[in-house]
Amino acid sequence: MSNPIALIGRAATYLLLLLAAFISVFPFFWMAVGATNTSADILKGKATPGGALWANMVNFFSSVDMPRILFNSFFIAGVGTALTLLVSSLAGYGFEMFRSRFRERIFGSLLLMLSIPFAALMIPLFIMMANLKLINTYQAIILPTIASIFIVFYFRQATKAFPHELRDAARIDGLKEWQIFFWVYMPVMRSTYAAATIIVFMANWNNYLWPLIVLQTNEMKTLTLVVAGLTSAYTPDWGVVMVGAIFATLPTLIIFFLLQRRFVEGMLGAVK
Amino acid sequence: MAQSGYERSQQVNGWLFVLPALILLGIFMIYPIIWSLWMSFQVGRGMNFSFGGFTNIMRLTQDPVFLRALSNTLIFLAIQVPIMLILALLFANALNDSKLWGRSWFRTAIFLPCVTSLVAYSVVFRSMFAQDGIMNEMLMALQIIDNPIPWLADPFWAKVVIISAITWRWTGYNMIFYLAAMQNIDRSIYEAAKIDGVPAWARFWYITVPMLKPVILFTTVISTIGTLQLFDEPNLITNQGGPSDATLTLSLYIYNLSFRFMPSFGYAATVSYVIVVLVGILTLIQFLVARDRRA
Repeated sequence: MSNPIALIGRAATYLLLLLAAFISVFPFFWMAVGATNTSADILKGKATPGGALWANMVNFFSSVDMPRILFNSFFIAGVGTALTLLVSSLAGYGFEMFRSRFRERIFGSLLLMLSIPFAALMIPLFIMMANLKLINTYQAIILPTIASIFIVFYFRQATKAFPHELRDAARIDGLKEWQIFFWVYMPVMRSTYAAATIIVFMANWNNYLWPLIVLQTNEMKTLTLVVAGLTSAYTPDWGVVMVGAIFATLPTLIIFFLLQRRFVEGMLGAVK
Repeated sequence: MAQSGYERSQQVNGWLFVLPALILLGIFMIYPIIWSLWMSFQVGRGMNFSFGGFTNIMRLTQDPVFLRALSNTLIFLAIQVPIMLILALLFANALNDSKLWGRSWFRTAIFLPCVTSLVAYSVVFRSMFAQDGIMNEMLMALQIIDNPIPWLADPFWAKVVIISAITWRWTGYNMIFYLAAMQNIDRSIYEAAKIDGVPAWARFWYITVPMLKPVILFTTVISTIGTLQLFDEPNLITNQGGPSDATLTLSLYIYNLSFRFMPSFGYAATVSYVIVVLVGILTLIQFLVARDRRA
């Protein structure tokens, strides 16, 4: 089969993939190298490591109250993720295990709501939070994200694989429905929870527009907002920006490399 | 009697499980979306509203900034989504070959951009596209261009930067969906076609693509919805939709109207309903087209 056309095709495939891989990875390299360079060098396109890493770090930590900002980010993403998983998996389980025609109809209408753009919600949500005096609080960020249609779908799909014999056996043992959910379903479905945790945590960690609207003082800001804010100066210090970008990317990057398979599963999950 | 008691308790349990989610969706999604529809007929500044009928809709048709934002958003949509999905399909097809050397490395590399936060990658891209920055330097070193391109200062090139950035961030994401779907296609179909002498491009076009139609539809719909709501990139890479509104999107305009200028929430809500209507129409068209081709 090694005729010239096949060989050329094969070479073209590798060339395409190599180019794509290079373009995909280069900005990561640029970010890492940028953290070691001065702002002026970054703007001049210097792509080799420099000696400004320490200075950039010092400048970053002196302009950002990092412990507080990290706490905000982890608290919002962590609590938000836990609540989202709880509420949405309860619903996914409920829709799948207890069927009724009316609830099926509600489930169907959730599919339509999946395409409601956030832009059309943000003004009423902002006024709502202002009326509730929740502007600049963690609750304002977390509350609207808890019930995620996407995660409800994800759990309903996954629940189809949950063995019904386990539920029946638990019922015979006299467990109540909520006990079955917490003591049988949750432990059995832990890999589903792990995959969902990754996508929800990542979405919360990276959220920008809604925190930008709601969080207004410096001590409430998340890392994402701080990094964005570093570039809004008249002359941003790009070395410092790169340090911030690395900190903002690191948690999701680490999760990805530790749990690569789960990560991808989570992304594919809701559409299987 | 015992049976109906059991059934009633099943009903009650069913509601108890789904109720927390439904209540939250009611408060934070259904109520706001209806509220913003009502608001789109209100005029006034700040929190002082009065009923304006179709005033806001008339204002849309005469507002050059809105028309600019609308056309920018549609340009991004029409150019970026097809480029990205075609690239994703090509990469997935290349990576679906089990004899390919370095397959999992390529896959990980191309997927890697999806791991970054939109804000982090946006600020990194902004630094790469500086006037004397690395992009111009590399392109000049490769002799693709003779003079540096004013990426972020020129209306045309600023759009190119935004389109490249989104494509960089999301191609791998879509590729993963295609790869997963391709792995579910029965290999023997390809073997049979190969024996019959069907060339590779025809196998891709007449077997792979039709088999992937549901996934292609899904990715088209989510990409469309995502691009219509584009905010982070034009806010950060091209500095709030610049230069001179060349990359201003509908979401960015809504944000400006509500939070950057003296708020006019009613008019901003009207603009936001333009996105709702566009999402609805485009999703419907995509479903109809896909159903048509199947028949």
